[in-house]
Amino acid sequence: MKFNNSNSNSKENFNKDNVIFNFNKNTGTENNGTEYTVTEDISTVETFSLNKNGDASILKGRVFKFGDDISTDLIAPGRYFHLRSNLPELAKHVLEDADPDFANKVKTGDFIAAGRNFGLGSSREHAPTIIKIAGIRAVLAQSFARIFFRNAINIGLVALICDTSKIDNLDILEIDLKQGHINNLTKNIQIQFNPLPDVMIKILNDGGLVNHITKYKGFNL
Amino acid sequence: MFKTISEKILSEHAQRDLKAGDIAVVNVDVIFAQDGTGPLTVTQMKKMGFEKVANSKKSIFFIDHAAPSPRKELSDAHKLLREFTQSSGAILSDINQGICHQIIAEKYACPGNIVIGADSHTCTAGALGAFATGMGSTDIAVGFALAKTWMLVPHTIKVNFNGVLNKGVFAKDLIIYLIGIIGADGATYRALEFSGEVSANLEMDDRFTISNMAVEAGAKVGLFCADEKTRKYLESQGRSECFKDIFPDNSAYYEQVIEVNCSEIEPMVCLPHTVDNTISVSKIDKIKVDQVLIGTCTNGRISDLRIAANILQGNEISKSVRLLIVPASRDVYLKAIEEGLIEIFVKAGATIINPGCGPCVGVHQGVLSDGEICLSTQNRNFKGRMGNPNAFIYLSSPATAAASAIKGYITDPREVLY
Repeated sequence: MKFNNSNSNSKENFNKDNVIFNFNKNTGTENNGTEYTVTEDISTVETFSLNKNGDASILKGRVFKFGDDISTDLIAPGRYFHLRSNLPELAKHVLEDADPDFANKVKTGDFIAAGRNFGLGSSREHAPTIIKIAGIRAVLAQSFARIFFRNAINIGLVALICDTSKIDNLDILEIDLKQGHINNLTKNIQIQFNPLPDVMIKILNDGGLVNHITKYKGFNL
Repeated sequence: MFKTISEKILSEHAQRDLKAGDIAVVNVDVIFAQDGTGPLTVTQMKKMGFEKVANSKKSIFFIDHAAPSPRKELSDAHKLLREFTQSSGAILSDINQGICHQIIAEKYACPGNIVIGADSHTCTAGALGAFATGMGSTDIAVGFALAKTWMLVPHTIKVNFNGVLNKGVFAKDLIIYLIGIIGADGATYRALEFSGEVSANLEMDDRFTISNMAVEAGAKVGLFCADEKTRKYLESQGRSECFKDIFPDNSAYYEQVIEVNCSEIEPMVCLPHTVDNTISVSKIDKIKVDQVLIGTCTNGRISDLRIAANILQGNEISKSVRLLIVPASRDVYLKAIEEGLIEIFVKAGATIINPGCGPCVGVHQGVLSDGEICLSTQNRNFKGRMGNPNAFIYLSSPATAAASAIKGYITDPREVLY
């Protein structure tokens, strides 16, 4: 095995710098996520309107921590396939195979933090949807699987790519969507997150893809 | 500007020059959903006020994931899809037809097309030189309504499969090996372009297997060139008119080029519970299996069944094994009957299941018990995948699966192939 731009064969080294959206609008090159490029008023997003202090762009809550490779089978197990037309019922089983007690513990306003490749597997949009129904306001991960990431934005679930290694289970976080950082209040540290592509910010601002298409009678990205 | 296959196809569908990293709204040629994702797709279409599909000739709802329906809730979902195809102008592919990805390959996708489906293994059609990628129900609802979607043009990783395939080594082993090297997120948001002399010599059935699993490395699409093999395949399907050559430009820019010497590859398996947990069959101890599955969108095609039949002919499966065989489509099933393969399977002790996704989705037709082990030719071995989080799924080629069904434990197919 050889790679034209790597001297290493090991899996760890091969893709350690992999990020899902390795571009920004200016250069088309990798972006280390130190700047958040909100161009529009994100406060119109329904998803963000639950903050008690009235600032919709700041989310505060406690976090549930998961590891790498949390698949859509762990989030929305196939044995509940028949509940896909009954999402509130399916949501009672959210992440059941990763943490059997998760649905009982989670409260509205909580966050999920995970490792690499969150949401890998099936295209089932039911996975981010039941995470949202369960009350989760944002999912933070080192990286997301492509379809899950797109689905999350489409349904108005905030999905942010950041270093989650300094976030532990039940830490209290404050996510500042406009400034592009996360304050881990438990550990008193600040973590930057990668900017979303402009088209995704636009979809989020419109309240998800259904609202975007309804508003403009088509794409207006 | 020199272009990769992805850049070429997406540029053509956006009617402007695109390069990796660009975002554009593109026209789409084929749009589909299945019974797991279709009902939500219908809901989202209705929310947006869309009653009709934009392209009724290439908008399809498949009933394949739980076919025929094992319970009332799913019967209701199927009924909804049947009624919606009537009113919206979309095509219905009902329970007698088989797996969406196989039928998209047989009847709908053409080289140079953009294909979007509400199923992650939509990337299967990349084998035809189509830009085929999976999305969620809402994206597909918009696709049905407008025949458009937005795309980020992916950077491309070129994979050169060179060398020769050893005895007992098949397309499935190549893709398992590759995923083992680059990891389950090794190609996230990238296109994979398969090249090299081995790729060029692979038959279409094998190319479908490889493209099918591109998503297991996180890839958006897994592309082969559309060449003489592609043309012959389309001709055999009565669709020669949709063939066109699809190749990258010689000087196209690749983010990475991965050289794979296929001569070094042995028959492979994926160990539970991730697809990148790979090892050569020869390096594992005897692992007893309770169930073996040959089929699915990964390996339920006629050439897969021929390989299995070749091994099973004149043999009986182990008394401790249940062997499930699921042809991928009605056409595959008919061919298998005509060629006498089904008789070989039944005589060997296999259980034949109607074309569909079968046990791979964990809904019905072979749900595992606690602690049981299944060796399957499917594409995923995630915990809970086959309906029970306390079971263990291993993945392999049809040859390894058939050999293992005879022996009762995971077996190197070279032990039974001569």
